[in-house]
Amino acid sequence: MDTNQQLDYIAMENGRSTALIELLKAKFGAQLLSAAVELGDAVVEIKRPEMLAFFQLLRLDSDLAFNMCISVTATDYVDSRPERFEMVYHMLSLTNLYRLRIKIAIPEEAAEVDSIMSFWPGANFMEREVWDMYGIRFAGHDDLRRILMYEEFVGHPLRKDYPVQGKQPRVALRAPEVRNTAVDMQRGDLVRIGGRIKT
Amino acid sequence: MNAVPKTPTSGATIHRGENGTLRNSRGELLNIDYGLGGITTQMRSRSLGDDLHSDSMVLNLGPAHPATHGTVRIVAELSGEKIIDADVEVGFLHRGFEKMCETVDYNQVLPYTDRLNYVSPLINNVGWCLTIEKLLQVRVPKRAEYIRVIMSEISRVSDHLTCLGASAMELGAFTVMLYFMQARESIWELIEEVTGARLTISYCRVGGLKADLTEGFTERAHAAFAKVRTQVAAGDRLLSRNRIFMDRMCDVAPLTAEQAIEWSITGPLLRACGVNYDVRKAFPYSCYEEFEFEVPLGTKGDNYDRFLVRMQELEQSLRICEQALKNLPGGPISVDDPHIVLEPKDRVYGSIDGMINHFEMVIKGVQPPVGDVYLPVEGGNGELGFYTVSDGSGRPYKVHVRAPSFIHMGSVRKLLIGANIADVVPTFGMVNMIGGECDR
Repeated sequence: MDTNQQLDYIAMENGRSTALIELLKAKFGAQLLSAAVELGDAVVEIKRPEMLAFFQLLRLDSDLAFNMCISVTATDYVDSRPERFEMVYHMLSLTNLYRLRIKIAIPEEAAEVDSIMSFWPGANFMEREVWDMYGIRFAGHDDLRRILMYEEFVGHPLRKDYPVQGKQPRVALRAPEVRNTAVDMQRGDLVRIGGRIKT
Repeated sequence: MNAVPKTPTSGATIHRGENGTLRNSRGELLNIDYGLGGITTQMRSRSLGDDLHSDSMVLNLGPAHPATHGTVRIVAELSGEKIIDADVEVGFLHRGFEKMCETVDYNQVLPYTDRLNYVSPLINNVGWCLTIEKLLQVRVPKRAEYIRVIMSEISRVSDHLTCLGASAMELGAFTVMLYFMQARESIWELIEEVTGARLTISYCRVGGLKADLTEGFTERAHAAFAKVRTQVAAGDRLLSRNRIFMDRMCDVAPLTAEQAIEWSITGPLLRACGVNYDVRKAFPYSCYEEFEFEVPLGTKGDNYDRFLVRMQELEQSLRICEQALKNLPGGPISVDDPHIVLEPKDRVYGSIDGMINHFEMVIKGVQPPVGDVYLPVEGGNGELGFYTVSDGSGRPYKVHVRAPSFIHMGSVRKLLIGANIADVVPTFGMVNMIGGECDR
């Protein structure tokens, strides 16, 4: 491969991400399970019990000032890892233009993390989506309903064990007493169908 | 059923049953939700009782209401004309984009991305391809990057024209809608000429582009831009200082910069609040740092500012296109690597290794190294990001789209509370929810 085809904007982002990783290492130290720059992105892994304190400092610390939650999602490693799910958060600091990816491994038996809605209210819909798609619960989320699927949906579609062609049970009519009145409608005399007047 | 007479002054007698059902004197159900949308109403009793008329009314807008272009349902609780609470339901257009992406190879995801934000599908294509190229650590030739910029900006123009035209129509300015649709038509003719399709274009490929620009594209593009400028100027004269339009838009659903940031709002909505954040400037991709353009900012963050920011961005996008067309470099449009792009046909039919590479590519597809990557681009509505996990095979292990529409819909409740019922339409128009992107 031609060397000048290498991504030079990865190199550009590398500088900012390396500085951020150094800063995070200084501030959190042993709390971080890992901290590295991968393809120009700053990535850290933290432990589930320490997440609220970590996110709080990300939000409030003036050197970091991660004021925007970019996305909340999860990955299902059902066959390849002992802890099935991995929460993936993307954060952005508009003041310092830092981007950070935070990963938290959680087991299937206790598929629950803390909600970060109190720091970033915009995480509301994103956390509802993760609950809907992966069945991971968010402690402290006050409105954890399904969002893209309907209430009667069985299972969580983005889990790897949910079949691509999965069939769902039929949903009962929500208002069974309402009768379709369209069948009672009668055609007027003046409607022509096929060249003849239908009565 | 215990029927209680309700509002005897209103002529027809309405009886209230259990579960908030309302029936007329013949016992027929009044508040029927046929599942077709439209507007159904339901009275909810407050503890003070019926005689004091202290009820709030629940108004159901959508999911098939014309002003909710796309499919979204807003259940608004009203006190008089004021919205005191709102529940925004999305998901009616959910097609399992992320699940389907896990079943196809990296290039086959492209047609699915067309259907995310179907008003500016080229930006989605570019975002997806750049994400995979970042994972592969390749950079496409400069000509391809420039063409991607041109196509992205053309799409942004079409996106903004649709948003502004539709919003203007919903406020009664049908002429503006027609002008903007004419302008969009000239843009779509350009897109059709290059990509062969108007809406679901699948133009980019991982590692390059499907095809080069057509001959004489530059001249036709300039002609189309002149047309767009004329139509936008006409729309601007009709709308921007129009008393009725301003009354409906100014100071409606305002957001402060801090609120917009903590609600994860990006794109024109964030810039209308005065926050200077544009992915093209902050995290330049695909040569955007080589172009001169300005980021229009609002001051108050209300609907009128959102409108003005989009109007200004039209002109900036055209500027970028013109610069890119002027400085368009020559050269190939795809990387020279048979493991990323398909071999040219003369090599496939003329040499044995070319044919082997072709078969490998068709059967296995692009196989990025193990890893995960996130890459944001500036979509029509805000930061459009793709997060992808690769397990080293030819299919993505996981795809997540950071869809700006979906995240903006999360803040619509906040925007609507305190607004009047008539403000729903312009606010929703300026949020510019695109169903395909929001519900995926």
